[in-house]
Amino acid sequence: MPDNVSRPGRLEQDAHRLSAIGDWTLPHYASLRDAVARVHEAESIDLERLGELDTSGAALLVDLLGPDTVRDVDRWAPNLPAERQALLRAVADASRSPLFAPPSPGGGPLAALAALGQTVERLARQQRQLIAFIGLTLSTLLVTLLTPWRWRITSLVAHVEQTGLNAIPIVALLTFLVGAVVAFLGATVLRDFGATIYTVNLVTYSFLREFGVLLAAILLAGRTASAFTAQIGSMKANEEIDALRAQGLDPIELLVLPRVLAMTISLPILTLVGMLSGMLGGALVCALALDISPTQFLNILQRDIPLRHFLVGMVKAPLFAFLVAVIGCLEGFKAKASAQSVGEHTTSSVVQSIFMVILLDALAALYFMEMGW
Amino acid sequence: MSERGEAIVEIRGLVNRFGQHVVHHGLDLDIRRGEILGVVGGSGTGKSVLLRSIVGLKRPDGGTVRVFGEELERLSSARRARVERRFGVLFQRGALFSSLNLQENVALPLIEHAGLSRADAERLARVKLALAGLPPDAARLNPAELSGGMIKRAALARALALDPEVLFLDEPTAGLDPIGAAAFDRLLLTLRDALGFSVFLVTHDLDTLYSSCDRVAVIADKRILVAAPLAEVEGTDDPWIRDYFHGPRGRAASQAARHHSSPNGEER
Repeated sequence: MPDNVSRPGRLEQDAHRLSAIGDWTLPHYASLRDAVARVHEAESIDLERLGELDTSGAALLVDLLGPDTVRDVDRWAPNLPAERQALLRAVADASRSPLFAPPSPGGGPLAALAALGQTVERLARQQRQLIAFIGLTLSTLLVTLLTPWRWRITSLVAHVEQTGLNAIPIVALLTFLVGAVVAFLGATVLRDFGATIYTVNLVTYSFLREFGVLLAAILLAGRTASAFTAQIGSMKANEEIDALRAQGLDPIELLVLPRVLAMTISLPILTLVGMLSGMLGGALVCALALDISPTQFLNILQRDIPLRHFLVGMVKAPLFAFLVAVIGCLEGFKAKASAQSVGEHTTSSVVQSIFMVILLDALAALYFMEMGW
Repeated sequence: MSERGEAIVEIRGLVNRFGQHVVHHGLDLDIRRGEILGVVGGSGTGKSVLLRSIVGLKRPDGGTVRVFGEELERLSSARRARVERRFGVLFQRGALFSSLNLQENVALPLIEHAGLSRADAERLARVKLALAGLPPDAARLNPAELSGGMIKRAALARALALDPEVLFLDEPTAGLDPIGAAAFDRLLLTLRDALGFSVFLVTHDLDTLYSSCDRVAVIADKRILVAAPLAEVEGTDDPWIRDYFHGPRGRAASQAARHHSSPNGEER
């Protein structure tokens, strides 16, 4: 018989007897379930006019009659084809054990309070874990430094290429644009005071001290911390980390150190690129909009800006790099064996590393100001 | 119901290539309604590739694959999706959705394709999980918490979610302990008899071949060497088949099967 002729399944009740009629199949599940729910008690059912039957229909029949009755289907419906009886029996057996798991706990103000507490506790634990992981990384680094035959130069260079060299174009472009924007801002504000020449100081100060390193670090947090988390997280999901451990290899030494070191090498270089490119953007705006020629720009730079501003910017770079890399790796190790977990931890690593970078930068700015550097 | 024994999948002259490497060349095979077809072959002979070309995950480089009389390649995406709903696939490593628990894994196709409400779908999903032989409290576990055998059973439950007409199993008993593997074979037979689907079973497990398969297809030299009932395949004069079925493991499995099985392979 053609498959597409569908006779919706239904339940018919006359004097004493229930009959199942039509197709008891998945497409009619919702209406059949309602019909079954309306019948309270049933001892047996007439299946003579039953059309198609699949697992969902069989499950409903089991709901209606109870697994024990359905188990004895050959007693009350001997004419049913053998494979139908087998299906009903299989589903009845499957339904005999209780199917319903306990419902999940509900909401309410108490649950919200509990969730808040859990979040705070999780945050505290996260910071503790981060500090512990930093300690672990540093102690492994120390041991490895003393044993030069365990240095992994190839892996280090590969990671420097990925995190540093490949990031140069985007860092340069971004800082160039921000440099131009800062110069425009300076020009607009300083024009009222007739002091547009100080735009040069504004651009160079801000890029040497803050923006060069900050922009590069934030870019690396988005670009590389996430990559570290995803790489290590999927290795964890695939039991590759366990495989390393089982072979007596140290995942910190093999996976974390090359990444952290590569980052601490890359970020200072990228910071330099960012500083130069940002000042280039500022110089371009100065030349085009303020009639300050590049020569004049360089003269002011040489005359007015002491070297210490460059150093203040530069010393922050390795610290930021270390933190971003360590957070990226740690979140990878925390991921569990599911796609969702890897995603959550990747998000968390980017958010945490950007947060840490900005927080530390603010603290550093305070410190350097107090010190008069 | 349609006739048992008619071909529901017809593969003619199938060609599959990966770059220079030819996997299949002029491969012919039928899957008949209601049968359990075992597919065997050495590692790397393209058993999984064959499975993927039938269910439409790999576009064949030549030849035709007709499923229920239609070529998937030529169908519009809506009609193709309708045909694909009649498949159930159990992937080699389970491929359960790692961020959903078991009942959600099985309920997903029920919600998406059959339009059931979430509560109905999850209820039905628990029936399917129980059919596949999982205990009731497994329904809320995540795939990462499962043992290998439970993953296979859960993947089978998901493959059965929409009551498919053809079930594709890629090494379902690989990695199971012998007791678990035998239970899986028995489960497959019970479900096939009850639900009446056909099975395309890629396997290396000789016990599975002896206990469950109606026909066995041997892939070698980029094509199907022979596709016939087991007794006939065993007698085929080919060095690979001889080694496979009459090697130490093959002999042991065949003896075990003869000892305790009735002619249609049903075990007590």
